[in-house]
Amino acid sequence: MTKQVQQLDRVIIRFAGDSGDGMQLTGDRFTAGTAEFGNDLSTLPNFPAEIRAPAGTLPGVSSFQLHFADHDILTPGDAPNVLVAMNPAALKANLGDLPRGADIIANTDEFTKRNLQKVGYAASPLEDDSLTEWRVHPVPLTSLTVKALEGFDLSKKDAERSKNMFALGLLSWLYHRPTEATISFLENKFAKKPEIAKANIAAFQAGWNYGETTESFSVSYEVKPAPLAPGVYRNISGNQALAYGLIAASVRSGLPLFLGSYPITPASDILHELSRHKHFGIRTFQAEDEIAGVGAALGAAFGGALGVTTTSGPGVALKAETVGLAVMTELPLIVVDVQRSGPSTGMPTKTEQTDLLMAMYGRNGESPLPVVAPMSPSDCFDAAVEAARIAVKYRTPVMLLSDGYLANGSEPWRVPAAADLPDISTAFASAPAEGEEFLPYLRDPETLARPWAVPGTPGLEHRIGGIEKADRTGNISYDPGNHDRMVRIRQAKIDGIAEDIPPLEVDDPDGPDGGTRVLVLGWGSTYGPIAAAVRRIRKSGGKVAQAHLRHLSPLPANTGEVLTSYDKVLLPEINLGQLAMLLRARFLVDIISYNRVRGLPFKAEELADVIQDVIDSE
Amino acid sequence: MSELLSGPGLNGRGLALVPKSDAKQSMKEYKSDQEVRWCPGCGDYAILAAVQSFVPELGLKRENMVFVSGIGCSSRFPYYMNTYGFHSIHGRAPAIATGLAASRPDLSVWVITGDGDSLSIGGNHLIHALRRNVNLNILLFNNRIYGLTKGQYSPTSEIGKVTKSTPMGSLDKPFNPISLAIGAEASFVARTIDSDRKHLQSVLREAAEHKGTSLVEIYQNCNIFNDGAFDQLKDPEQRDDITLRLEHGQPIASASKAVRRAADGGIEVVPRAEVAENEILVHDAHRADPSLAFALSRLDEPAFAHVPIGVFRSVDRPSYDELMSAQLEEAVAQRGPGSLDDLLLSGDTWRIG
Ligand code: SF4
Repeated sequence: MTKQVQQLDRVIIRFAGDSGDGMQLTGDRFTAGTAEFGNDLSTLPNFPAEIRAPAGTLPGVSSFQLHFADHDILTPGDAPNVLVAMNPAALKANLGDLPRGADIIANTDEFTKRNLQKVGYAASPLEDDSLTEWRVHPVPLTSLTVKALEGFDLSKKDAERSKNMFALGLLSWLYHRPTEATISFLENKFAKKPEIAKANIAAFQAGWNYGETTESFSVSYEVKPAPLAPGVYRNISGNQALAYGLIAASVRSGLPLFLGSYPITPASDILHELSRHKHFGIRTFQAEDEIAGVGAALGAAFGGALGVTTTSGPGVALKAETVGLAVMTELPLIVVDVQRSGPSTGMPTKTEQTDLLMAMYGRNGESPLPVVAPMSPSDCFDAAVEAARIAVKYRTPVMLLSDGYLANGSEPWRVPAAADLPDISTAFASAPAEGEEFLPYLRDPETLARPWAVPGTPGLEHRIGGIEKADRTGNISYDPGNHDRMVRIRQAKIDGIAEDIPPLEVDDPDGPDGGTRVLVLGWGSTYGPIAAAVRRIRKSGGKVAQAHLRHLSPLPANTGEVLTSYDKVLLPEINLGQLAMLLRARFLVDIISYNRVRGLPFKAEELADVIQDVIDSE
Repeated sequence: MSELLSGPGLNGRGLALVPKSDAKQSMKEYKSDQEVRWCPGCGDYAILAAVQSFVPELGLKRENMVFVSGIGCSSRFPYYMNTYGFHSIHGRAPAIATGLAASRPDLSVWVITGDGDSLSIGGNHLIHALRRNVNLNILLFNNRIYGLTKGQYSPTSEIGKVTKSTPMGSLDKPFNPISLAIGAEASFVARTIDSDRKHLQSVLREAAEHKGTSLVEIYQNCNIFNDGAFDQLKDPEQRDDITLRLEHGQPIASASKAVRRAADGGIEVVPRAEVAENEILVHDAHRADPSLAFALSRLDEPAFAHVPIGVFRSVDRPSYDELMSAQLEEAVAQRGPGSLDDLLLSGDTWRIG
């Protein structure tokens, strides 16, 4: 049977199943094949906060969405073209996101009376008329897998476990993905259990062959490679990129990395990743609590290390006092906040941008510090290097605001050469000349940074601490005039960094005098959906400019100028308008906010509608 | 790594990695130029003088000594030492010192803390520092009161303590810092007193040389808010009777009392005249099992009936910083020093163009 091959420019697939069905692995492998093939891609895993919610229930559904295309793309996609539903719960939980006409590949073996009841289906949706809007492909994935593995010395239960590989094989056939990498991956993963490796490979190939022979799929699809800039690529998630960025910062500063951290979702993977690379001289310290994590990092910074602590919102709240101490003692420190839904425990596995004001102001006293936010998973690498650069150069704690969406999402990344990364080395203070006094709070006239005098250096013995410092000497001082001066100096030091960061760039194809009236501004992880929405507007003939802030504190020096160059400034945020409030206060610009706080990233379509509304409004 | 896991009871490795000074040092060099600002008569003065006059003996490079403190009267201590110093925030000194000591094995790191700082707000950091056994010396100035906040009861105040915050008497049972430390797996635990400089210095010397976390409780008089808290131990009339000196290998006894095994399997204090010399319990600070050291720590119940002073426990156990450094070395031995390019190119990669 010859099958039709259809060309597509992009596809969004969502694999959904029970937490125990291996959907994240399936998604990862499909992603690897897609990356190898040369498509541009973007991924979004979505998993329950519970480690193992009861099997077959809605809270137990885990999914992995992948968007791939023959052109460069910016988001994991709004709505899947294909849903792989491993059970009724996976179907029910995801159906609402499926546009009319999408394909559903459903594992019919799991649509048992009991499983249907668990999620409140009175009858199987595969058998009534409720799914007529979509193209349903009923496939008995489990029993086909078991059948394919009949010759193996496996229990039925073990054989059933390979059903995700059968599904992967089928989808790999459907979208012409290369298979070699997956086969060698399985060989490596189960190197110690060759029988399991062979079974998984057999299931994978059976899935492929099933696609080839079944009548249920009459068409397969091709998505041509995307024209990406030349270079070596790899796929990378935000947390991994951030960890690599910290290692790069350590190498490029020449400072040993010390991570003090306490496990917390969704930041723990940074701790895990850094713990694997001790041959870089990295010390990872799993502390007794969040406070000890940052305390140890600050202690290590006092000793001359690149001190880092990684956490999420609730942890930042606990660390606040120590971050204030770092502001007062003017020591370099990187505080990574992988934001998640709050307040309190909130929704630990869901994303949000709600910690901006806490990052800026969540400490007692006037305690300014720089805030840097990455805009995509791979940008977490550069943002980490930038945070370290600022921390080390200006001797200040820096907040690095990632979020759950960036942390777990992934995209292809053009791997930089180590030598091309910025040199962020700094000099420790050295012993004063004979007869000269060492002044721990004497500042560099340009950066206003104080000397970094590390223990072990003779002649620089000095005491620092949280009590207000006398200018220059760093001695304890309760003098009113001195305090006022020091408060202003600390602020001026942070403000001055504006001269040392790139100006805010505006993407406006028509130029400043081209008649564009609306600017869409964003920060952090909203970059992808905003840029995708802006493309849609322009494609349909609309005029809109886009700018994205990576530095939230200080803001780029030209920020005010950019904001006042347009009639209207629209600012979508996954909070209730935190950056908008700051910009309104500072620049007296009547920002139009668009806010949704659902624990999910924006959709490009949704933002395109919002932008269009602003363009159309008077 | 195997040699880290064995060794004699008293390890003496505490300062092995700290560079030594060739020059002869004096107390004067260790005094900073800052005016000391404790209340006149405060026990902290005596402790400061004892420390300043003892550290030159260690013969370390002064720049390799760091004093880290939290918040409270005692936590002003680092300002007065002409070494590196970090006066941090309430309760967090052990955490900050842990990061410093774990990343800089060439430093001699001292934590100065009080009973409120280490046992209330910083209790969690204290117990974890002790179990982890980072190379630190923690000096816990116990005055059984909050001084800096002007006289509230503390976690070591006796039940029924009448203070500004407890006008009808405090209700909660105090901590016994020695029992707590032994329970928290501490490898070195000692008690001394501000007024006995010789004893104080001998305990500090042992603490300094101990590799791992040493906890030294120092009874310290706050003459403003809790004056006389330790008078029984200073009063020539009774001190020799109630003080049980703990010296490794020596019988545990005061002038008039002695410690022996009790019939119920525990230990008891009895009039010295009632026991034969060979029945008196001989102190073994290096005993691996902590239960006897713990039992000794319980002997001052009711308070000040008899008070053991000295090193309760000093055992050899690998320190966290040693183990951490060993892991880094092992990683380099297995994989070679990290290459950033190799790291970034690890995993599945593909080339375009
Ligand atoms: S209040 Fe007490 S502990 Fe504090 S300095 Fe005065 S006497 Fe010493």
